[in-house]
Amino acid sequence: MLDIVVSISLVAVVLSMIGIVYRVIKGPTTPDRVIALDSLGIGLISVIGLISILMRTSVFLEVILLLGILAFIGTVAFSKYLEKGEIIQRDRDK
Amino acid sequence: MKKPNDLILKTVTKVISFIIILFSLHLFFAGHYEPGGGFIGGLMTAAALVLLLLAYDMKTVNTILPFNYKIMTALGLLIAVLTSAGALLFNVPFLTHAYDYFELPLLGETSLHTAVLFDIGVYLVVIGITMTIIQTIGESE
Repeated sequence: MLDIVVSISLVAVVLSMIGIVYRVIKGPTTPDRVIALDSLGIGLISVIGLISILMRTSVFLEVILLLGILAFIGTVAFSKYLEKGEIIQRDRDK
Repeated sequence: MKKPNDLILKTVTKVISFIIILFSLHLFFAGHYEPGGGFIGGLMTAAALVLLLLAYDMKTVNTILPFNYKIMTALGLLIAVLTSAGALLFNVPFLTHAYDYFELPLLGETSLHTAVLFDIGVYLVVIGITMTIIQTIGESE
């Protein structure tokens, strides 16, 4: 029973990720693509969670936290590049 | 000129960078029995430092954490080589590791393994190389 429910939700998440990939390709502006890539990372996190339920293992749980951190840092870096033109500034007050 | 105000980013960074460093230490020490180890632990610590670099600037981060990352890389390699060569003192081959169980105060029975010392070398090398690459790329104007 659990396997069926998890499989159905896996299909739903993958369908939503396909929609997000459409937005990554089509997105008219760069911020659209950045937001779409961020939500693609979140979708990947839920896929990993569902697969670790299906495989009945807990060794993937670190990967979930890791992907959350990496998606956050990547999105912040992209937005800073869009906002300021450079990612790491040498001296902010100048 | 309007001054940019990154209050939300700076406040979030203050909270999250500690969580990332704690998570990287967990990954580092869990490496013997669970997924993790020196490589991914070092990468996550470097990710926390990169987040600090994103929210603040290079001068501030160098003031808070005055590390020379090239020396850190060399220190990590030295620790790895010395741990490996320490086995030669006991008439066993190079890179032989030993472990035993010890009663530690506060922690109880703990297995201490010399592979952890080797892993500390890996950890320092990964942090040093990642931060050297990022700082070198970030500095070129």
